[in-house]
Amino acid sequence: MTEQRTRIARQFIEAIPHARALGMQLDAVGDGVAELSMAYDERFIGDPSTGVIHGGAVFALMDTCCGAAVMNHATGAAGTATLDLRIDYMRPATPGQRIRTRAECYHVTRTVAFVRATATDDDDARPVATASAAFTVERAT
Amino acid sequence: MTRPKPEPVQVIKQRRDAALHALVNGVPYIQFLGVEFDRRGDELTAILPYADKLIGNPILPALHGGGTAAFLEITAIIELAWAALWEDMEAGRLDPATLHPSHLPRLPKTIDFTVDYLRSGLPRDAYARARINRSGRRYASVHVEAWQDNRSRLFAQATGHFLMPERGA
Repeated sequence: MTEQRTRIARQFIEAIPHARALGMQLDAVGDGVAELSMAYDERFIGDPSTGVIHGGAVFALMDTCCGAAVMNHATGAAGTATLDLRIDYMRPATPGQRIRTRAECYHVTRTVAFVRATATDDDDARPVATASAAFTVERAT
Repeated sequence: MTRPKPEPVQVIKQRRDAALHALVNGVPYIQFLGVEFDRRGDELTAILPYADKLIGNPILPALHGGGTAAFLEITAIIELAWAALWEDMEAGRLDPATLHPSHLPRLPKTIDFTVDYLRSGLPRDAYARARINRSGRRYASVHVEAWQDNRSRLFAQATGHFLMPERGA
């Protein structure tokens, strides 16, 4: 069951061109939860003086992770889209390290999912960024 | 009383364009997404030319919210860096020839960024403009609007707070 769900979720992420362009990888899914990661890549640098990844790339990873959490919620969304997402950048991600994110739906109504996410690098005691978002929940009719 | 003769227009344009070019071309992620900037005087318009790799929903199809967010954040950061640069550039204290990617002025750092998705991004070019609502010595607040075919029909907007680099650093 878990394996099949992970396989389906992985196929879903791999079918997204922008996720593929950024090399996003789905690491785990659970009920309303998803974990995604992205390798360090020099093409994604936002500050050439430090080599730190651009905030926009971290945003894309967290947005995708939140969407995956919504799609894996038990109430069964047929589709989803971001209504709004706020990201707080706590500290620069360490250059060279993989960025990992975990997103969790903390409340889901018939039409809206409220999601929170955290991103870390190798030092998972200190978050790189946190996000909070609202997503649409599209039901199969 | 004689006023100094104004510089020839081509000299001014060349200096401004060179400074903007150095700022934009120094950031790998701007190049990766293919974001360009159009300049009219000091007003900047960011352009995100359509590319397949920007798609987030292949069925609709629609642009990925993460790509849209990055486009808006880039627009805000370049607007802030450009505004900070402007005065020195106009006063002739800054020589664009020295603006090499290896020693660009330090860029502002994003503290937080909130994106509102108003309608799905269509598979075509997108445009964005940023407005600096408050710019202090340390912190700045910027609002960004993005549209596609019609300037008045925004598909996304964002507000962000930024930490400004120390002057002279």
